[in-house]
Amino acid sequence: MNAVRMRGEAGVREVVDLAVTPLRELHALLHGLGADTNRTAWRLLNPEGRHAVAVGLDAPLDVMVEGHVGYYAAGMNARAHVTIDGNAGPGVAENMMSGMVRVRGDASMAAGATAHGGLLVIEGNAGARCGISMKGADIVVRGSVGHMSGFMAQEGNLVVCGAAGDALGDSLYEARIFVAGTVKSLGADCEEKAMGAAERAILAGLLDRAGITETDPAAFRLFGSARRLYHFHVDNAHAY
Amino acid sequence: MCGIVGLFLKTPELEPQIGRLTAAMLDVMTDRGPDSAGFAVYGRPTAGGLKFTLRGGDFAALPARLTARTGVEVTLELRGDHALLMLPAAAESEVRAALAIVSPETLIVGAGTRMELYKGIGLPTAVSARFGLPGMSGTHAIGHTRMATESAVTTAGAHPFSTGLDQCLVHNGSLSNHNNIRRALVREGQVFETANDTEVAAGYLSWRMGRGEPLDQALQAAIADLDGFYTFVVGTETGFGVLRDAVACKPAVMAETEDYVAFGSEYRALTKLPGIGQARIFEPEPQRVYFWERAA
Repeated sequence: MNAVRMRGEAGVREVVDLAVTPLRELHALLHGLGADTNRTAWRLLNPEGRHAVAVGLDAPLDVMVEGHVGYYAAGMNARAHVTIDGNAGPGVAENMMSGMVRVRGDASMAAGATAHGGLLVIEGNAGARCGISMKGADIVVRGSVGHMSGFMAQEGNLVVCGAAGDALGDSLYEARIFVAGTVKSLGADCEEKAMGAAERAILAGLLDRAGITETDPAAFRLFGSARRLYHFHVDNAHAY
Repeated sequence: MCGIVGLFLKTPELEPQIGRLTAAMLDVMTDRGPDSAGFAVYGRPTAGGLKFTLRGGDFAALPARLTARTGVEVTLELRGDHALLMLPAAAESEVRAALAIVSPETLIVGAGTRMELYKGIGLPTAVSARFGLPGMSGTHAIGHTRMATESAVTTAGAHPFSTGLDQCLVHNGSLSNHNNIRRALVREGQVFETANDTEVAAGYLSWRMGRGEPLDQALQAAIADLDGFYTFVVGTETGFGVLRDAVACKPAVMAETEDYVAFGSEYRALTKLPGIGQARIFEPEPQRVYFWERAA
């Protein structure tokens, strides 16, 4: 692969210029690296809003994407640490399984959608439907999130240091939502919960891992499911 | 799916390049709409002059036949399968009436002191080239690449739609109450050329602006009256507006610098704009009217 310039120095990242190298070539290379690879450090240049950059990684790689990305960046990520030094389009880190994705700018809609594990950190704001249907991942947003965030979120933690838009946590299952700023409105079956020591510890741990020090964990409120929507209601038993 | 691009210049330096920049943005949006494309460019006005962008009919003898009928001096330039007719603004209604008689198959696609509007079937780059978009200059431009969902792949169904002087609108999405709104607007005297949902949105805004409302007020009213999915980008003689519906599932990215405001359905449409690295990049919020205006 001619676009990769091996520098031969310890600690120096291998470089792939996406203005030159087709995305499929990049992914064939990264997907071919084994779990015990020594070629772990990468820089991706000139993403220029391309879709599906650094998706499907499944090795302990450290990938730095230098610029803005389009849809589904770092989707399905497992084990890798991907940093996007720019903005991300819709569906960043969708269906992440493990590892970490950090967006230094803003993220568009559906950030971390359906993610099962790992940590997604958004240092700017996230758009609508952040953490929609998340299934166990942790998401920390330094700024605000748009409307319908945490929609049908099943498991995991969504931490919002700024404000949340309309219908937060609509049809929520068992994910926890922590918000430090204002909440425009709560969605159906989402309610504020008392925060216990266990939740405080989870929150403090996530802020620490995200590297966010300016927001006091005591400033957050916790939201969860009122559990009125997803259980069978005994009043309906006569239908059978 | 459709692609939208737009560019509104704040400084005159980029005016000669607006066609080239818009064509490049349209080309990137081919993936979102390969079946047809169109664009409107707002050029500098000529004193007392008006422009009709025409489609259909025999253009060869048209100026002479119009002049013979009206006594008004008109000139015509061919642009692909469209033509640009230039006439004195004072003779607008006379020339419209004469055109309907001497060439009833000719459609006025767009009219205005500054706006020219071209659209057609085919890949966006082919459409741009057909009409010479890269060579055009102007103060603002709006373009669209279409993947048809609600109506046929025809030139008439391509965007932008223009329903008033110097007004045009492009749309990504689909409206659900367009038939009702169309019926109400027809009763108010608004004329529609197609069964297209987007034309109804354009007609709705023209109707509001025809009652004296500025574009931003008309867009504000649209939030309550238009139902469905939409990201709209709208041009007027001096203005440029953006509106997204409440759900905002149709994508939109904007970039603003001291020199311009740019719109793209996706960020990658904006990457070749000058100074994009230093631009303020943001996504327009749902149900919030964005509006820029320049001195005429």
